[in-house]
Amino acid sequence: MNRRDLIRAAAALGLSTVAGRVWAAPKADARLLVVFLRGAYDAANVVIPTGSDFYYRSRPNLAVAKPDAADPKAALALDADWSLHPALRETILPLYARGQAAFVPFAGTDDLTRSHFETQDTIEMGQTIGAVRDYNSGFMARLAAELTRVRPIAFTDQMPLIFRGGETVPNIAINGVGKPGIDDRQAKLIAAMWSGTKLAGSVTEGFRVRDEVYRSISDHAAQADRGAVSPKGFELSARRIGRLMRDSFNLGFVDVGGWDTHVNQGAGAGYLADRLGELGRGLSGFAEEIGPGWSDTVVVVLSEFGRTFRENGNRGTDHGHGSVYWILGGGVRGGRIAGPQVRADEANLFQNRDYTVLTNYRGLLGGLFRRLYGLDQASLRRIFPSADPADLALL
Amino acid sequence: MSRAAPRCLLIAALLVSSAGPGPRAAGSPASSPAADVAFLDALTWGATPSAFAQLETEGRARWLHGQLHPPAGARLPPDAQAAIDALTPPGSLFDRAQALDAQAKAFKDIQDPEAKKAGQHAFQMALNTAARNAASAWVLRALYSPDQLRERLTWFWFNRFNVHQGKATLRAAVGDYVDTAIRPHALGRFRDLLMASLRHPAMLRYLDNADNAAGRINENYAREIMELHTMGVGSGYSQADVEALARILTGVGIDLKPEDPKLRPEHAADFRRDGLFEFNPNRHDYGDKVFLGTAIQGRGWPEVEEAVDLIVHHPATATNVSRALATYILGQPPDDPLVARLATVFTRTDGDIAAVVEALVREPAFAAERGGGFKDPVRYVFSAVRMAYDQRVILNPGPVLGWLNRLGEGLFNRSTPDGYPLASAAWSGPGQLATRFEIARQIGSGSAGLFSAGLFKPPAPDQPEQPAFPVLANGLYYTAVSGTLSAATRAALAQAVSPQDWNTLYLASPEFMR
Repeated sequence: MNRRDLIRAAAALGLSTVAGRVWAAPKADARLLVVFLRGAYDAANVVIPTGSDFYYRSRPNLAVAKPDAADPKAALALDADWSLHPALRETILPLYARGQAAFVPFAGTDDLTRSHFETQDTIEMGQTIGAVRDYNSGFMARLAAELTRVRPIAFTDQMPLIFRGGETVPNIAINGVGKPGIDDRQAKLIAAMWSGTKLAGSVTEGFRVRDEVYRSISDHAAQADRGAVSPKGFELSARRIGRLMRDSFNLGFVDVGGWDTHVNQGAGAGYLADRLGELGRGLSGFAEEIGPGWSDTVVVVLSEFGRTFRENGNRGTDHGHGSVYWILGGGVRGGRIAGPQVRADEANLFQNRDYTVLTNYRGLLGGLFRRLYGLDQASLRRIFPSADPADLALL
Repeated sequence: MSRAAPRCLLIAALLVSSAGPGPRAAGSPASSPAADVAFLDALTWGATPSAFAQLETEGRARWLHGQLHPPAGARLPPDAQAAIDALTPPGSLFDRAQALDAQAKAFKDIQDPEAKKAGQHAFQMALNTAARNAASAWVLRALYSPDQLRERLTWFWFNRFNVHQGKATLRAAVGDYVDTAIRPHALGRFRDLLMASLRHPAMLRYLDNADNAAGRINENYAREIMELHTMGVGSGYSQADVEALARILTGVGIDLKPEDPKLRPEHAADFRRDGLFEFNPNRHDYGDKVFLGTAIQGRGWPEVEEAVDLIVHHPATATNVSRALATYILGQPPDDPLVARLATVFTRTDGDIAAVVEALVREPAFAAERGGGFKDPVRYVFSAVRMAYDQRVILNPGPVLGWLNRLGEGLFNRSTPDGYPLASAAWSGPGQLATRFEIARQIGSGSAGLFSAGLFKPPAPDQPEQPAFPVLANGLYYTAVSGTLSAATRAALAQAVSPQDWNTLYLASPEFMR
């Protein structure tokens, strides 16, 4: 019986009101990976409202064709209203078919700047809009503070805002891992020089993670590849992340750029399709590497905002508002489009240009954390102040 | 002798001790050798024995005046200039863009798949070489230009008006962008800098304004001008202002064709071009606009001039630009009263960048910061190479570019228009520190044995690498640095087992990273 089952059992016995007290510091036995698509991916062309005529009128050059088994560039039906981009046929569609992927449309923030950077910061901080922004407090750092046995890591070249504040979280440039040149003696001397400085903890953590990551990756490289084409780009990163999260870490963050498609983004094929293909291969590669651990793993894919529902004058799309978030995992109650929805037609556009937001990211993630970790209301309030968790029953 | 560094490193000690102290700026805070090194570290790409000697000779006031008002042309040492000349492509950007365009078109029509592939490959190689040469030339200028403050600010402004080499064929234009749009204005007027970036094809392509036309609005550039380049997000402009500015900017684009486009007669007189830059009235939205509360009459290019005036004179621009400049030079965000004082200077001098920097240097906070905070990767690598080799010009900037990429701050490699973060917290994560120590080892080892950094490998493939050893325990170290090291750092350095090891530890020390 794993921790989630315990929580469920407790709830079934009517003990849920005391669950928060019984397990005041929930253990991070489940794994969580947050994947941030930086640049605002064009959600409307990925989880596609193929049931909407307005979609086809709005995107004469960009629309992905309605599901059609004979057309490899046609969308892939998810239900009567929604379809998936064909670039995800071999990777995400099978997860959805197995009930291990859910999509939450009309998801996003209450940040209306339409600025990539401002809104990315908003999400990473997870603080209340309108309050003074604390750039030294990211929501994943606050989540880590609520968990025991948590082993957080950022798979990014730079230290992301989302993990700032709290205990030092290591970051690692996952595609640049090589044999360390600094030997143990030098590492000890360097750590001694930094002892007593503000960064002392970061220095020792850096050496520790360096060794752990190198061991994990070199062990794997030593195994036979059986002639498979070696992956690159995000697929390589995601597979390495999968191995590290299988063995060593249980709370991860990674970002993927290249989604700001103002010009020539393509439809069933083209630039966006290529990026999606890489993303899909990465995520399914991650699930493969993590192996049996997949049943206790949740992957959240999100982006700062959606893009304009109508295409612009350059066969691209501009900054919008509502997006579609993805929730993947072996224990996810997927195979469905989750959360409140409206028809994707003109009358329902926000400011007559974008998807509206019906599911706030803070409520969505709060509700998810409650189910994943059994966090109580007080914990959730520390992670997302003044946000009510929305229970989309994703787990 | 109890010093940690081996005796062979001490030769250069004489270099500096012979330079006598010169006159100092009135009211300058306690000047000691250590304070002067910190002063240099804050305003240059890193103190060196020769830069220190020059500062001691000239005194801070004269030195600073020379840095704030450098001559327009480059005045690099001959070795560095020759290397840069070899990296600089002949002809104008317009000519080169045309040649590349012709090259691209030539293989488009080829039917044979192998020949087509070869043609595409050659085209991509030409673009890669152009970008790499531009980045190499930038490294050489940063390391060896006597106009160090201008070089520091060239990086800062490029980063603020960031473009990414990965987009379209920008690799062919990024070098020209730095050399013609950014560096000449780095200490000049902010409006000139903004306008130079606005008219440069690298920016017009990167933020898509080349595609922005009447009836086919693309608001990408319009938004980022206000959000990132000037006023800052949340400073008072609205979505309607973004849309108005996008309409004002319609027709501002790029033209590769040698002949002028056919123009509708009523606005033909409004046509402008200069190199690749073009204002095409056929693509411009001539309707009236309201921008930042001001009615702008639709009349072509003068609308752009008027909008730029409104932006640069907006109080938010003075504040936001001053804050960023101070954050960069101090190494941490300044307090609001300091920003307000700098913004006043910005406004009073009509955006004179040199005047704002000068005012900042006179602030007590400048002396208090002593050297500009935790170094970002570019400062770290440049300062290490400068200190290690001083005026001996490296033959191969490739390793420097590689280190910057590994540390996550590669030249022309920031894909998003916000540029690299200025806050030091973005660069001091555990993984970043571990990588930095690896690079400390590479720089510290010089050309010794298996671990050669390769900085002195001549460009020609058959020539052997020249022997070179980084002299970090130089005269300046003993004059000005060693006394400032913590006991922990001194104790670690005392355990070095070789000169390479000593260099590695010194470059990995907390003191060298700030």
